[in-house]
Amino acid sequence: MRKPLIAYIVSAAVLLTAVGLGVSIGSVHVPISTLWNQEADTTATNILWKIRMPRVILAGLVGASLAIAGAAFQGLLKNPLADPYTLGVSSGASVGAVMTLFFGISIPFLGLYTLPVFSMAGAAITMFVVLGFAKLVDRGLNMETIILTGIIFGSFLGSVLSLMIALTGEELRQIIGWLLGSVSMRGWNYINMILPFTIIGSFLLWMNRRELNAMLFGEDRAKHLGVDVKRRKLVILIGGSILTGAAVSVSGTIGFVGLVVPHMTRLLWGSDHRHLLTLSFMNGATLLIICDLLARTIISPTELPVGVITAFIGAPVFAFIFYRQRKGRAA
Amino acid sequence: MLHVQGLTGGYGKEPIVKNVSFHVQPGEILGILGPNGSGKSTLLKMISGILPKQAGTVEIANRNADRYSPKEFARNVAVLPQMHTHAFSHTVRATVELGRYPYQTGLFSSWSAEDEAAVTHAMERTGVTRYENTLIESLSGGEQQRVFVAQALAQQAPLLLLDEPTNHLDIAYQQQLLDTVRSLAVDEGKTVVSVFHDINLAALYCDRLLLMENGEIAKIGLPQDVVREPIIHSVYKAAVKTQAHPELPKPQMTLLPSMNGSGAEPFVVDETQFTVTAGSVQFHAPYSLKTVSSAVHNPGTGWYTTFVNRHVDAAYNCDDVKKEMEEYLEKAGHHLTDTVGMMTAVQTLHAEIATYADEDISIVIAVTAGVGNAVDVSKAIEREVHVGTINTWMIANGRLSDEAFIQAMITATEAKTRALQTENVMDPLTGTQATGTSTDSLLVAATQIGQELPYAGPITPLGKLIGTGVYECTIRAIRTYKEAKGWES
Repeated sequence: MRKPLIAYIVSAAVLLTAVGLGVSIGSVHVPISTLWNQEADTTATNILWKIRMPRVILAGLVGASLAIAGAAFQGLLKNPLADPYTLGVSSGASVGAVMTLFFGISIPFLGLYTLPVFSMAGAAITMFVVLGFAKLVDRGLNMETIILTGIIFGSFLGSVLSLMIALTGEELRQIIGWLLGSVSMRGWNYINMILPFTIIGSFLLWMNRRELNAMLFGEDRAKHLGVDVKRRKLVILIGGSILTGAAVSVSGTIGFVGLVVPHMTRLLWGSDHRHLLTLSFMNGATLLIICDLLARTIISPTELPVGVITAFIGAPVFAFIFYRQRKGRAA
Repeated sequence: MLHVQGLTGGYGKEPIVKNVSFHVQPGEILGILGPNGSGKSTLLKMISGILPKQAGTVEIANRNADRYSPKEFARNVAVLPQMHTHAFSHTVRATVELGRYPYQTGLFSSWSAEDEAAVTHAMERTGVTRYENTLIESLSGGEQQRVFVAQALAQQAPLLLLDEPTNHLDIAYQQQLLDTVRSLAVDEGKTVVSVFHDINLAALYCDRLLLMENGEIAKIGLPQDVVREPIIHSVYKAAVKTQAHPELPKPQMTLLPSMNGSGAEPFVVDETQFTVTAGSVQFHAPYSLKTVSSAVHNPGTGWYTTFVNRHVDAAYNCDDVKKEMEEYLEKAGHHLTDTVGMMTAVQTLHAEIATYADEDISIVIAVTAGVGNAVDVSKAIEREVHVGTINTWMIANGRLSDEAFIQAMITATEAKTRALQTENVMDPLTGTQATGTSTDSLLVAATQIGQELPYAGPITPLGKLIGTGVYECTIRAIRTYKEAKGWES
């Protein structure tokens, strides 16, 4: 049990460092000591607590949600290329969220949570449609079949999004900015919006860590080992949809985080979900905080959407995993 | 332990398995056999709960299988799957630990000392402990399968279901795996139900066999009652012959490839095809003949193309006759695995070779005889062993049954003894009538094409030819021998 402990310590240390860098680096340098220094400069304190900190925390929560969801999807589908983005689930969540904005839906009882709830519904519906269709095509749920189905539905939902954007008038700016995938200028409100769902979703997945281990050997095998496959699968899919929907509703579609992080974590610490889920959660937070830091500093003063950075890193990793899988299978 | 009653079901609307009933006792190994598509794997999947049943019941440990919760079921039934490849890899230990999943309760880890002991025991039992921290994907197929056996063992379930467990394994791993399964049944009283592809393996390792045909039970019973030519032939639509296992009382079967178009020219053996030199009598067939002999090289039953009766000096003495014979044959350019070799101190130039034929049956008899060491077998005492002096070959054109081979040997021996009697050959030690010499050899070979020759007793057509042929050839050979030795006839 020594190795996992080291993994947790390293991941936590890297995460804390990322948070530190995230709050301190920017157009205005804010010393980290501002965090605890009562007599610090008011401007610095304001920048740190009103702008940087919520941004870093939001990036962390979004990254963590996407990464743990990706890890669970990959385990469940035995597919290293699965993540909320490649499965088209992010697009589904986007459609749900944009619909809320487009129709100006606000359900009194849900209030602030209207957006994430619709987003999650979009994610969940897409998830089941994609898997249902993939199963129709190929009962064995081949790696390529799932990803191809994800692309088909992702493209379709993308066109639905474009249509809604074309039809919208003054709301356009809000939606476009949101679509590109960004965690900037969101404030504490958004953290309140995502946090409960990140906790619930992650908990649902973590509850199924042992079952995910069993399901790596296939659903039949998991059943032989005593896993209530139908129920556990449903819980995992719902958990993943909650996480994806919540993340998309606050930050738009940020691709590949759910792909890159679990893959790296697995390479470093193995594919035992008892640790993989938690470690992916931590490392996902780290990755998105760093990516967001890059996004706002790399061509400063202009800010890139963070989705650009993750795609820039994620697409080559996607290609690499695909290559390795194919080669591995041929050997 | 396992009671299956009227089980019907399968993938779609049309049931694949129809009204199957059987039961398995604790400690018993039941093998499920059947051609592709006969429903044997489907049956196993229905028992293990992967496929739904349309009718019938499965009772495990006197309780309806449907009443078990998933974890309870896994504590009672462990399944060893066919080999698969996986996208992600666990370590060997993590894989075996999953076998304890049905014993885990609660939200947090509840790993107990019992769990740990079960895992350790399972890994030791299957010999995978030394790979504990290795990723399974880096192991060979056979080793991976052992890890899954360990996983199933960690479940500590009394019923073990196996689906073609030896698929893709080479024979050493097949043996290891099935030996382990066998000992689990014998030593630990586990009940085993296994689907087999290989009829011979199933017959070797199972207590009983269940043969499926079109989703129904074609036959269930002991291996010797199930693995029988007519049954296998009618279920598998394949031509087979059963034979005894060389070491164990288990039936084994072998395929009979249809020889049509094998390219073998029709071939009839006659005496002109024999080559006789001062060194040996040789016969070379264009294809292998089924042979039963008491030769020095390649005795017993087999298929051979080259037959050599070699002349050796009367003073020939060698510690390792077999090895010396091999060296001789190799030197003479014979292929060791295709050749039957005998030896004699008699001049091979004196060999008597003749074809005997009656209507469409024919047989070639070749005899070399010397009676310098004649023995009355009824008065045989310990003698110094000399090189065999009457070597008799019978090469028949036709298809001989197993009993015909044996009858041919009896008939030939009787004819030989009669010839010695006619020639009044005496045992010099006892002064009584000799029945043979001290190390006579016999060889019966047959082309195994053409005429069926089921019997070779003395009054059958073949037996008559053998009787006459061996008698006449032996007499002529003995006379030549006596003349050569300057004895009086």
